[in-house]
Amino acid sequence: MRMEDGCVVELTALMPCNGILPITIGETTLSEVDPGRITALMPFRGQHAALTEALQAAHGLGFPEPGQTTVAEGASCVWTARDQAFLMGPAPDDSLAPHAAVTDQSDAWSVVLLAGLDAEDVLARLVPIDLRPAAFPEGAAARTLCQHMSVTICRRAEGLQIMAFRSMARTLAHEISDAMASVAGRRAAG
Amino acid sequence: MRLTCPICGPRDRREFYYQGDAVMLDRPGADAPPQVWADWLHLRDNPAGRTRDLWYHEAGCTAWLAVERDTVTHEVFSVELVESADAD
Amino acid sequence: MRIDGKGRVDRSRPLNFTFDGKAYSGFAGDTLASALLGADVRLMGRSFKYHRPRGVLTAGSEEPNALVTVTRAGDTDPNIRATVQEVYSGLEAVSQNRWPSLNVDFLSVNNLAAPFFGAGFYYKTFMWPKSFWEKLYEPMIRRAAGLGALSGKSNAERYEKAYAFCDVLVIGGGPAGLMAAHAASRTGAEVILCDEGFDCGGRLASEEEEVDYQPGHAWAHAMAAELATLPNVRLMPRTTVTGAYDGGTFGALERVTHHLANPGDAPVECFWRIAAKRAVLCAGAMERHIAFRDNDRPGVMMAGALRAYLNRWGVVPGQRVAVFGNNDDAHRTARDMLDAGVRVEALVDSRHDAQNLAGDVPFFPGWQVSRALGGKGLEAIDLTGPQGALKRLQVDALGVSGGWNPSVHLTCHLNGRPVWNDQIAAFVPRDGAVPGMSVAGSARGTFSTHACLREGAEAGFDAASALGFTGDKPVIPEAENAAYRVRRLWAVAGKGRAWLDFQNDVTVKDVKQAATENYKSVEHMKRYTTQGMATDQGKSSNVSALAVLADATGRDIPETGTTTFRPPYVPVPIAAMGAGAQGAGFAPQRYTTSHEGCVTRGAPMIEAGLWYRPSYFPKPGETSWRESCDREVKMVREAVGICDVSTLGKIDLQGRDVGPFLDFVYSNTFSTLKPGRVRYGLMLREGGHVMDDGTTARLSETQWVMTTTTAAAGPVMKHLDWVRQAYCSHMDVRFVSVTEQWAQFAVAGPKSRELLNALLDEPIDDDSFPFMQNGPVSIGGVAARLFRISFSGEHAYEIAVPARYGASLFEVLLGRAEALGGGPYGMEALNVLRIEKGHITHAEIHGRTNAFDIGFARMVSAKKDCIGKALAARPGMVDDDREQLVGLRPVTVGNALTAGAHLFDKEAEAVRINDLGYITSVGFSPTLGTFLGLGFLKNGRARHGEEVRMVDHLRGVEEVCLVTDPVAFDADGGRLRG
Repeated sequence: MRMEDGCVVELTALMPCNGILPITIGETTLSEVDPGRITALMPFRGQHAALTEALQAAHGLGFPEPGQTTVAEGASCVWTARDQAFLMGPAPDDSLAPHAAVTDQSDAWSVVLLAGLDAEDVLARLVPIDLRPAAFPEGAAARTLCQHMSVTICRRAEGLQIMAFRSMARTLAHEISDAMASVAGRRAAG
Repeated sequence: MRLTCPICGPRDRREFYYQGDAVMLDRPGADAPPQVWADWLHLRDNPAGRTRDLWYHEAGCTAWLAVERDTVTHEVFSVELVESADAD
Repeated sequence: MRIDGKGRVDRSRPLNFTFDGKAYSGFAGDTLASALLGADVRLMGRSFKYHRPRGVLTAGSEEPNALVTVTRAGDTDPNIRATVQEVYSGLEAVSQNRWPSLNVDFLSVNNLAAPFFGAGFYYKTFMWPKSFWEKLYEPMIRRAAGLGALSGKSNAERYEKAYAFCDVLVIGGGPAGLMAAHAASRTGAEVILCDEGFDCGGRLASEEEEVDYQPGHAWAHAMAAELATLPNVRLMPRTTVTGAYDGGTFGALERVTHHLANPGDAPVECFWRIAAKRAVLCAGAMERHIAFRDNDRPGVMMAGALRAYLNRWGVVPGQRVAVFGNNDDAHRTARDMLDAGVRVEALVDSRHDAQNLAGDVPFFPGWQVSRALGGKGLEAIDLTGPQGALKRLQVDALGVSGGWNPSVHLTCHLNGRPVWNDQIAAFVPRDGAVPGMSVAGSARGTFSTHACLREGAEAGFDAASALGFTGDKPVIPEAENAAYRVRRLWAVAGKGRAWLDFQNDVTVKDVKQAATENYKSVEHMKRYTTQGMATDQGKSSNVSALAVLADATGRDIPETGTTTFRPPYVPVPIAAMGAGAQGAGFAPQRYTTSHEGCVTRGAPMIEAGLWYRPSYFPKPGETSWRESCDREVKMVREAVGICDVSTLGKIDLQGRDVGPFLDFVYSNTFSTLKPGRVRYGLMLREGGHVMDDGTTARLSETQWVMTTTTAAAGPVMKHLDWVRQAYCSHMDVRFVSVTEQWAQFAVAGPKSRELLNALLDEPIDDDSFPFMQNGPVSIGGVAARLFRISFSGEHAYEIAVPARYGASLFEVLLGRAEALGGGPYGMEALNVLRIEKGHITHAEIHGRTNAFDIGFARMVSAKKDCIGKALAARPGMVDDDREQLVGLRPVTVGNALTAGAHLFDKEAEAVRINDLGYITSVGFSPTLGTFLGLGFLKNGRARHGEEVRMVDHLRGVEEVCLVTDPVAFDADGGRLRG
């Protein structure tokens, strides 16, 4: 039976951390972020500069240097790997495609935000890089590990944003909430 | 142990995957005799001293790296991208 | 007993605790050891081998004797050092390695048999008969010898591991460490100061001396408090740095809540990985014993420990004390005892020319203590003087000092060897032994407080300067600056057993016997006598033992050398190292979008790598997995089945050169693949063996999607990165994993197109979607991808939607399938379907098989180079005698085959030399009504129609099998094209 829009069925969408988050323990809260569209951009050979130009024109931001995030109104571009960054927020403009491999990643990632007094101390239990504000200020991005998971972490104004595989959403929440409990427990123990 | 990735900076060893001798970079030509291929793939020195090995920054930028280090003193002399920067 | 007016415990805060069930009381600031000594308990443990009564020997983490088990809220921690355990209200500690009690230990009968239990006893005695070892000797020895026991229960306590970073790591918070941290912090460098104790100060906490015109401990306390206020300093008390590793990485164990009755959610311990740009080792020094007859009696302890118990905790282990040493430092113990009003019976100094520095005490220069008397506690000592003079003194405490050993351990962790310094008769660190780490204070053999303060300040400042930090050097406070004089004395000559290693019950005689039996290398001596093993790693005995060995072998100490100090410096619980990795933390769990839907339908979920996939979907009335599996197979063959295949790796490739790149990584050709088409590909390792297989679809002129097997997704990605970066950097190709982006479902069976056409926004037909076609479709308005590919051998598709719609699509597909007489199928049915079709998985491409073996030799294109091509052609890789993929089925229909069984000629004996191959996969085919197997058989392709014998030695199964083509069903593929 076709519906008005010509479709036979209706598919409903679920967020990766549906039913798992948010979690608040002690001074810290872990919540799911709706990142909008996520698009992997991988500049073709010799197209770095052209891609940055196209990004600037279409989205108001450049292709980030390693370990950096570029930001514009409603959009950001997070460095994620060698010759790779994620445009987060808007749908990618068609003008990018000649300069880069453009791949939709909107559904591939659990995107969570860890915010609050102990956020850095919590991730210090899981992540083998220095995330304290002096070493990892707003605008910094890193691809690293969170316990056994490969993650991309960047510092937003609101807190630390962590991206892990969508399929690992439960593990991500489990590991971080476990560390949150431990840090809160230390605080309580004095 | 820490390695300084040319892209990501100093990182803990756990982010890296160890592969083996960097001789793998010098792949024989398709027409090389079987003995050359077999030697290239299988024969390795095991020096107490300077080595050049391949590492993969698997939990980082995903770059393959050639790391020159000393197996006795543990000193790391250099970490280079396998894919030269000017390939771009 | 407690000495009024002495010690720095808080006497206004008494704390009640129990030891071996008996109630005691201590004070805030006490360790378990000091509190027990304060309560006149000297007997704290039994020794490892002989069950000899033992008391506390030291006042630090090097303690070999006073090991206890602490129970808290039902959880037990064995081998806790009483010298480190802080007393809290309600602490429950019990002694170890005794039965039935500490006072009456039946196994101390071992002590009487000691003449038979010397060095190498186990090696010599329990050799024969061989079979007795496992059944009799080992269990017996394990019962008799040992330290604390585990509870046998799962550990419910929380542990933690964590990472920290700094410019300068200072290891140890004594006078040198405090000044190092002080000096470095003033430059603005980020400093971490780790101290083993709950309070900084090191020896200053245990001495009566002044620093900067105030009591040393008060100066240390004030300095630590000042450091704690600085934003660039992180004080880490109760934290022992356990290892130095490459690249400025250090391991450290923090005892977070061992001192609390109720830890709540806080961890017991935390294992830190500290990355430091520079480090300063200020680990201090440890006093060593002098071996003499029965020098292990409870009440005999290190002179510095005796002094620490008096000055820091206000306790002495007896009314009458004596001190025995070979150096000036021992005199301070006698002096402090005298000042505190304790009766000092003797100050014995083995040096004839020693001057009494202690004051008005009976002084015996040139004398030695030759024997300790008493059973469970010291009662008297024998002194031997010049010209054989003898004297017996009634004492109940004896402090012994054989000199001080710098704590060089961490400097040896990267293979550095310490250097012998004759002046102080001790090993000192070799400069530069750990790159980026300097050593200051008594850890490098500098013993006066003033020199420690100065060296610490210099080392801290230099470490920061080397990193580019600048500032003023701090002023060095005034402090004691006395010389340290020592003359070697390792063991007092005489009869009886003189103990070197208390934890392992090793005597002077044992070491000499090892030398006699030619175990002359220090490493051999260690293993033969067990000296230096177990939880204390011989911290108080190593140097003395090797000195005795040097003497026995006629060599000097530098020539004899030391054993290798390895991490960890103190025992680190596995629970701390592996914190977070218990249970669900062991490995990430990956869930497909259909997970809830599968669980709701009662499917047992099984692990496939990190993924969880449904094994089968039981229907009401089905009593075994086989029943469900058989039904699901039939369902796919006769109607339509749905299976979540999202776990297969999916890699998006774009760029002008994807075609040539794929030609190089796949053995077959892909550059000729047209947009909209799909091709099966075989990937080889460079050695010519198969790495992985899968289909790659060309979505458009420039965009492709490769699939990998579930298991190989990660390795293939790593391989592609390698090939592109190492060999193909000239190619314009970019790729990224899209495994997680798409939820993908197989729709398989004769009714698969009917099902899809009932759901898709635009229907498909055989012209728009022939076999191996791909293209964009729309379902419920959502852009999806459709691939007409088949693993089951049926007319089948895979449909992919963005993962957010996965759960919803699964339900929609199942609803429609069930209306058509179909439904979901699991891994078991998937496996049977592919075995019927002779399709391979990693059971067949297990790493040792090549394209020839699996019958795909023609897939290695002759027209181009590819990874693995050259070596796939080497002699032996294409030999008829190789084991080749075949199908197998039992000759007696109904009988079962087993995977892992080996194949033999029917009449041959089932032994290795007759081995012809093995079975990799089996399953019952409801379609054909027989068990089917896949396996590898020598020259198998030429043997179709013959019979071989399957023998499963492990399960005791034998079966005669018919050898067939691997494809057992629909050999011409009519069903999947239809």
